[in-house]
Amino acid sequence: MSLTKEQWITLEKKASSLRRKTAEVCVWAKGAHIGGAYSSADVLTALYYYVMNFSKDNYLDEDRDRLIISKGHAGVITAPILADLGIVDESLLPTYNHTGSPFGVHLDKRKVPGLEASTGSLGHGLSIGLGLAMAARLRDKKYFTYVLLGDGECDEGSVWEAAMSISHFKVTNLITIVDRNQCMIDGRTEDVMGLEPFADKWRAFGFEVVEVDGHNINEIVTALENAKANKTDKPICILLNTFKGEGVGFMRDNYKWHYGTLDEAQLAEAFRDLEAYEKVRIARAEKEGK
Amino acid sequence: MKDFAIIGSEARSTTEAFGKALLELADQHPEVCALSADLAGSVKVTIMQKKYPERVFDVGIAEQNMISMAAGLALGGLVPFAATFSVFASLRDLDQIHTDVCYQNANVKMLGSHGGTSFSQAGSTHHALEDIAALRGMANLTIICPADYIETQLATKAVYEKFGPMYIRINRGTDYDVYNTYDYGFTIGKAVRMTEGNDFTVIACGSMVYQALIAAESLKKKGINLRVVNMHTIKPIDKEEILSAMKETGGIITAEDHNVIGALGSAVAEVIAENGGVKHFKRLGVPDEFSIIGARKDILAHYEIDAAGIEKNVLEILGK
Repeated sequence: MSLTKEQWITLEKKASSLRRKTAEVCVWAKGAHIGGAYSSADVLTALYYYVMNFSKDNYLDEDRDRLIISKGHAGVITAPILADLGIVDESLLPTYNHTGSPFGVHLDKRKVPGLEASTGSLGHGLSIGLGLAMAARLRDKKYFTYVLLGDGECDEGSVWEAAMSISHFKVTNLITIVDRNQCMIDGRTEDVMGLEPFADKWRAFGFEVVEVDGHNINEIVTALENAKANKTDKPICILLNTFKGEGVGFMRDNYKWHYGTLDEAQLAEAFRDLEAYEKVRIARAEKEGK
Repeated sequence: MKDFAIIGSEARSTTEAFGKALLELADQHPEVCALSADLAGSVKVTIMQKKYPERVFDVGIAEQNMISMAAGLALGGLVPFAATFSVFASLRDLDQIHTDVCYQNANVKMLGSHGGTSFSQAGSTHHALEDIAALRGMANLTIICPADYIETQLATKAVYEKFGPMYIRINRGTDYDVYNTYDYGFTIGKAVRMTEGNDFTVIACGSMVYQALIAAESLKKKGINLRVVNMHTIKPIDKEEILSAMKETGGIITAEDHNVIGALGSAVAEVIAENGGVKHFKRLGVPDEFSIIGARKDILAHYEIDAAGIEKNVLEILGK
C-alpha cells in the first residue's frame, strides 16, 4: 500500500509547490494562518492528489470522497489546492481576503466549489463528517469521509461528543485525522491546555490510533490506505506528528506563526527555505522509496 | 368567527402530532431521518424509530453533535429532523445551528418541544423563553410556532416540502385544538386570521392562539370585536397581515409564551415601527425575568398570557 518512488517524488513536488503558493496567497491576503497550513500541507497533498476519489471531473458526484477540513483556518492552503485541481478559478486567488472576494480566512462552501463544509468555528467538523458517513451508510454509497482536525481544536468538548458517537455507531467509513502540531494561538498545546496522553484519549473513546510522521507523505498514504482497508468495526484515528510552519525555518515549530503576514524579505527567505526543504524531502524519497 | 376556528375543544399532544407526521414523512420519503439527544421518547421520535430504527440516531446527551451531524446528513443528501427540548435545541448547540446549519443553508429541520413555560414545574432550566430570540437573528432560518395538533402536523410536513433550515417550536403536554380541519391553507410565512374584528387585534402564536380565541369570545359579549391573528411563522413574519391590523383595527397586542424581548412581540413591533406606528401596542409574554415555577395555567395567568390576561389588557387599552 505504500507509494512507488516515482509517486512519492511527484507528491513531494506537489506539496512543495502548494507551500510556495500558500506563501503567495498569504502575501495577497495580507496575512493568513500559514503555520497550520504548512503543518497540514503534506496530508492535504496525500488526500487530494492520491488517496481520495475527488477531482475536477467528479467533485459534484454523490459518490466522491469527502474531506471536511475542521481546522477551517487552513483555508489559505485549501483554496490554492482547489485552484490547482481546476475546480476554483485560479485567477481569483490574488483577491484573497479582499472586499467582495469569494475567499476569506475561513472559506464559505457556498462560494468555493469543491469545498465540502464551511468551517472555522472549531470542533464542528468531526460531527459533520459523522453525518456524511452515516448518509453514505443509509444511502448505500461507497464513498469515504475524511475529517482533518487541528490538535488545539480538540479542547472543544464537541469533538469528544463526535468521537463517542463514531465509536458507538461503529462508523468505519469515516477516517479521523489530527494534525498534532503542538501549537495553538496562545502558545504550545501542552502549556495552554494539555492534551496528553492524547493518543490514549482517542483509544479510550474506542478508536484504533495510528501515529505517523505527518511530514512523510509515504507514511501518511500508507496509514490512510490501511485505514480504508479496515475490516474491523473500530474507527481509526490517524495522529499526524507535525510541526507548525514546516518547511520554513523562521516559522517552524513556532506557535507565533499560527497567523502571520509576510513582508518581501520574509517571502524571499521563505522561498529559499522551501527550495532547500524540497531538496531534502526529495532526497529522502529517493533514498527510502522503492 | 371563521368556521375552522374552534374553542372549547379537545386538548391533544403536539409532540405526538409531530411524531406521527414524521412517521408519515418517513413512510413516503426514504431520505427522511431523525435525531434526538436522549429525549427521543419525549419528542416522540420513537414513533418513527420503532418502524425505521436504522434511520433514527439517538446521540445521547450531546446536542452539539446532534446538530452538526444533522448538517452532515443533510450535506449527504438526507432530510434530517433533529428534535429535543426547545431550551437545549436552541441554546446548547447555537453555534452549530449558526455555522453548520444556517451558514451552509443545510436542509436541516429542527424541532424544539417543551417550548416556553410548558414544562412548567421543571423551572427555568427547562423553560425555553429565549429560543426564538436566540434563533431569530440567524440568516436563512425559518421559525414556526404552531398553535395546535393539526397545525403541528401541517408544519412538520411543510418544512419537509421547503428546502432550507427550519425550526419548529411546540410544547410539552397538550394544546387545545384551534382548528377543526386540515384544509385551512397552512402556508409557511402566511398568518391565519382566526376571527374577523376591527376593534382591536391580538397577534398570537403557539398556545396563546387558543387563549386569544377565548378572550375574543368573551369580549364579543361585551360588544368588542377582537381580531385574532395566528402568527404561526415568526420568521419570515407576515408583514401584510400586521399592516392590515394597523390600518383596520384600534391597536395591537402580541401574546406569546416567551420572553417579551426578541420573539413574536419584537418582530411585530419592528414592522409597526417601520410603518408609521400605531396608537396602542403592547407585548404580552414573560417580562425580562426568569419565569416562575408552578402549574402551567397559573404561570400563564401570572404573566397575563391566558384568556383572562389577554382580555384584561385589551379592555385596559380600550379604556373599558
